[in-house]
Amino acid sequence: MGFLEWATSPWGERVPIHIAWFLIWVSLIAGLLFLVVHAIYVRFFAGEKQFAGAISPELAARLPEKIARHSLAARFFHWIMAAAMFTLLFTAFLPKVGVQFNWVTYHWIAGIVLTASILFHIVHASFYLDFWSIWPDKTDLQDSVKRMKRFFGRSGELPRRAGKYPLDNKLYHGVIVLCGLAVMITGIFMMFRVRTGILPRNPYLFGDMTWGLMYVLHGLAGVGLIGLVIVHVYFAIRPEKLPITYSMIFGTMKRDFYLEEHDPERWVVASSGPENRGSANAD
Amino acid sequence: MAVIRDVMPAFQLLQPTTVADAQSLLQQHADDVWVLAGGLDSFDWLKDRIRKPGTVVDLSGVDELKGIRETSDGLEIGAMTTLTEIAQHPVVKQKYGVLSQAAELVASPQIRNQGTIGGNLSQDTRCWYYRAGWPCYRAGGNICYADTPVGRNREHAILHAERCVAVNVSDTAPALIALDAKFVIRSTNGERVVDAEDYFIGPDIDITRLHILQPGDLLTAIRVPSTWAGAEFYFEKVRDRNVWDFPLMNVASALKLSGNNIQQIRIAVNGAAARPLRLRASEDVARGKERTVSTGETAGNLAVQGAVPLQFNAYKVPLMRNLVKRSITGVQQEATWAS
Repeated sequence: MGFLEWATSPWGERVPIHIAWFLIWVSLIAGLLFLVVHAIYVRFFAGEKQFAGAISPELAARLPEKIARHSLAARFFHWIMAAAMFTLLFTAFLPKVGVQFNWVTYHWIAGIVLTASILFHIVHASFYLDFWSIWPDKTDLQDSVKRMKRFFGRSGELPRRAGKYPLDNKLYHGVIVLCGLAVMITGIFMMFRVRTGILPRNPYLFGDMTWGLMYVLHGLAGVGLIGLVIVHVYFAIRPEKLPITYSMIFGTMKRDFYLEEHDPERWVVASSGPENRGSANAD
Repeated sequence: MAVIRDVMPAFQLLQPTTVADAQSLLQQHADDVWVLAGGLDSFDWLKDRIRKPGTVVDLSGVDELKGIRETSDGLEIGAMTTLTEIAQHPVVKQKYGVLSQAAELVASPQIRNQGTIGGNLSQDTRCWYYRAGWPCYRAGGNICYADTPVGRNREHAILHAERCVAVNVSDTAPALIALDAKFVIRSTNGERVVDAEDYFIGPDIDITRLHILQPGDLLTAIRVPSTWAGAEFYFEKVRDRNVWDFPLMNVASALKLSGNNIQQIRIAVNGAAARPLRLRASEDVARGKERTVSTGETAGNLAVQGAVPLQFNAYKVPLMRNLVKRSITGVQQEATWAS
């Protein structure tokens, strides 16, 4: 049982044509297994969260009651991307597991929506948001070492509170970026193989081996996204994460949650002076 | 790609004598089984060694699947009934002439003696890239070799192509659609009956199959209702060699007239897409109209709306337009009116 499907091209070359479709089930089961294991860990084994340092009451008093976390544009991007992603996953994999329907057109249209939203996000995040807030920094790495030590029962310093995004969120984002860019770039080239009316059809744009590898990469990233999306949805509906999910809908999170989970020095929020009352900087 | 001809791969041959046994065997070997009817499509695949099934279930010994029976509502034709028997059957000739004509025009007398109605309906496409064993979409790959700037696609689809541009080449399929026939399918869940036009699927739904049969399913019979018995029929097949060839395109129609007024009509074509197409828009425009050249032309023009010819098959657009026109006007009437 191979991970790839191979074929012999008309020129006698052995080329990969796509991934083996059982990987759909592997990713699905891996995603579900992760959430079961994590849920058991949190329920029975995880200790109470502890962070180094205390937030001064003066600082807390200066903060607005609602902390702005996601701008309207960022939220639009997120939900449009989510809709496109679900459409892409369902149109890609339902036919492979026996639910037959005319999926190609919906798939490439959703792919275009995803591509446009990713391009918007890249520009928006690079020039209008705090670009580095989503990427792991030195403090994240130091804190992760501290967490690991404590996880294995060794005493040591407590980790700091997270910046705007905790490390696991940043790592998840990094993997999504890799998978997302992989499906996006390969998907754009794959549009040259079908009639879209947008790109001129040219199946000989690349050689058979290059095309094969492109389909394999598209497939691998695609099935990877099944597990990643399961994990994402799981965290979105976990009770302790609901304030974050809430902020992706309404844009803000409560001050108490902010003070509990986030470090005001790492995620600086405008104080609620007369000029800023009721608002805060949002990414 | 080298093709080794006439040396079939080894397989286990099972020859059931009842439908129940046949179905049981199909389910037992569902992962790697080939259903053999007349063998005219199957032996190509097997001798070319493109398909190498572990098990072949030969239906030729299942008498239940053979023969034409008159029922209270028309005819029931066993899936293993030969095309010759259908073409020559007196009731078929008398009441359902379009099916008789279609069966008569399949290939050669020898092939019609061996070929079955079930096989003719369920046969695979004849796209030579696919039949040569190239890894195209239909074969599970990621390319259509026929739909490329240099692809030889004279016989391929002009309508409803979705990545794959292969066509269905059954002659009896459009005739049965015109007759509003029902196909009886036995599966693990029991028996189900589908409309003839719903038996066929295009690449948009499943790019690797031309029909809805799943592994383990068996087409057992075709029911032709009496609704269209004795109606006025038209069947025409256009092919490169009139003595023996697959259709470039064919058309079948059934009309009920009141004087020269078209009361009811059904038209279907094959060879234009991966599935035989029932031309509902053309039927709608013709229904209730005088049977004239003008009606035929309008219906023909509607039939080809949305056609996207490939590099070498643009001729199929006017061909289809004219076939549909003739399926309404008939050749003789058209000649008379023109003179």
